[in-house]
Amino acid sequence: MTGAAAVAFQDLRIRYPGAATFAVDGVTFAASSGAVTAVTGPNGSGKSTLVKALLRRVPLTGGHISIDGVPLAELSPRDVARRAAVVPQREEPAFPMTVREYIALGRFPYASVWRTSDPDADRAIAAAVARAGVGEFLDRQTDALSGGEWQRVRVARALAQGGRVLVLDEPTTFLDVAHEMGVFELLADLARHGMGVLLITHQLNLVARFAHHVVLLHRGTIAAQGPPDAVMTGAILERVYEWPLVVARDPAVGAPMLIPLRAPASVTLHRPTDT
Amino acid sequence: MRTRFWTIAFASLAAAAVLGVVLGPVRLSPWSLWAALAGHGDPVSVTIVQTIRLPRVALAALVGAALGMSGAAMQGTLRNGLAEPYLLGVSGGAAVGAVAAIALGWNAAVGVPLAAFVGATGAAALVLSLSRIAGGRADVRLLLMAGVVVGAFANAAIMVAYATAPPETVRGALWWMMGSVDSADWQRVSWLTVYVAVGGSALVVWARDLDALALGDDGAAALGVDVERASRRAYLLAALLAAATVAAAGLVGFVGLVVPHMVRAAGLRRSRALMCGAAVVGATLVIAADVVARTVRPPAELPLGAVTALLGVPFFLWQLRRLAARS
Repeated sequence: MTGAAAVAFQDLRIRYPGAATFAVDGVTFAASSGAVTAVTGPNGSGKSTLVKALLRRVPLTGGHISIDGVPLAELSPRDVARRAAVVPQREEPAFPMTVREYIALGRFPYASVWRTSDPDADRAIAAAVARAGVGEFLDRQTDALSGGEWQRVRVARALAQGGRVLVLDEPTTFLDVAHEMGVFELLADLARHGMGVLLITHQLNLVARFAHHVVLLHRGTIAAQGPPDAVMTGAILERVYEWPLVVARDPAVGAPMLIPLRAPASVTLHRPTDT
Repeated sequence: MRTRFWTIAFASLAAAAVLGVVLGPVRLSPWSLWAALAGHGDPVSVTIVQTIRLPRVALAALVGAALGMSGAAMQGTLRNGLAEPYLLGVSGGAAVGAVAAIALGWNAAVGVPLAAFVGATGAAALVLSLSRIAGGRADVRLLLMAGVVVGAFANAAIMVAYATAPPETVRGALWWMMGSVDSADWQRVSWLTVYVAVGGSALVVWARDLDALALGDDGAAALGVDVERASRRAYLLAALLAAATVAAAGLVGFVGLVVPHMVRAAGLRRSRALMCGAAVVGATLVIAADVVARTVRPPAELPLGAVTALLGVPFFLWQLRRLAARS
């Protein structure tokens, strides 16, 4: 069901300039094509740093990253954008633009200073719009969309980039249940059609149902990785999140389901600070 | 929409240019203007048109075009509609350079513009280097703070110079700081043309990066933009254009802030169109402001920078009300 490594992180080590500890310390895993790979873990465990590393917004202290088997160091920023589309955590157009104009930015890596549009643009944009189901918003302003609509529009922009890899950093924060499920179903559908989906999220219960491979980060290292059943055990999650919880089975499909417990008297309400 | 914008923009530019040549202490008829342009007719008219009014209109157009493009680049790079060409300390640095040159009695045609240019580029380089954080990238917050602080320091230096300088020096320096194109000549026009042509085309060529930068650093990086290099390039070109204009015509405020908003309000959003539109609208605005400055109370002239602010502020306030109504 799953294919070759779409994005591979090999013994990745990252220390931010001036920081005492490594934000990412020896992380090795691969996101396969045709599968949803979920990276999860507490705040500050290094999840978003992986995305920044993929975008080369932070220098690597050690290890390497490859996309479609090609080392990142051998790819230009444009080549990376053509192979792997990233939907960053925060992104807000500074000046008003329509959804159509925004999605067209997905073709940015194919145009150049001298050639402002590429021959495949119209076809790629139309396919992305259809796949993400955003055809009815095209003439709206991006700042007039609801949270759920905006996330789908951002996925459409990423699909217009035409790569086989899609990386999303917490795409369902602030979404209600229906819109959150809508985004997850869209990602699952993309994976079914061969896309390699790498998803960073806090939604453990949805990870349990949608992800093929789960990478659980803890303080910059991998606490556990594997299929949801192997990673989402009470013992592992309680240790990583430092909070009492039980793992049950969800009554609908039998996937692991996390239920955090109320704080017992012995647990202080002060969570460990982010690292 | 597009065609209409360009038609109106170029028609306004042409109209402003014609008014700029026709209006003045000696009023010319369109017919004598035509004759003077061709080089025959009344010799006084020919001299007025060819050595006073034409270079003045040309200088105003170049200053406006450069400030419009510089403002569009700064707003796009900083993702902020309040950004303007003088933000990087350019105005303060230029003023210090010019005031020092005036106090030292340097030649007003060559020495003062040169000193202003050196001051402006020096201040911009200082601000950019102060805002470089670890890894060599410019941090936007540091950039804004460094710009404001360098500007404040420059103001303090100018006040000290004013307090200790003879009155006629202060008058010359003040006049320069309020902006003026009345010292226009073909030599000044020709060197500013070189700056505007080179810097402006570079901004137009690389304007597409600003489309991606509008999404934020991570968003732009996701589209394959080298964010640090693209922003640094835009800052440098914007600062260079602004420095060239202050050297040629002193401080002409509000053009760089308001013109990109005018063009955006007319429906041009993609950065390349915005950049070209800002050049045309900026040129028109400064020519028109200069016509107002020298025709309201002849023979006295109003400071150009004051007129551009008087024309620009109402538009900007109207924009603010529109924004407030939308949100």
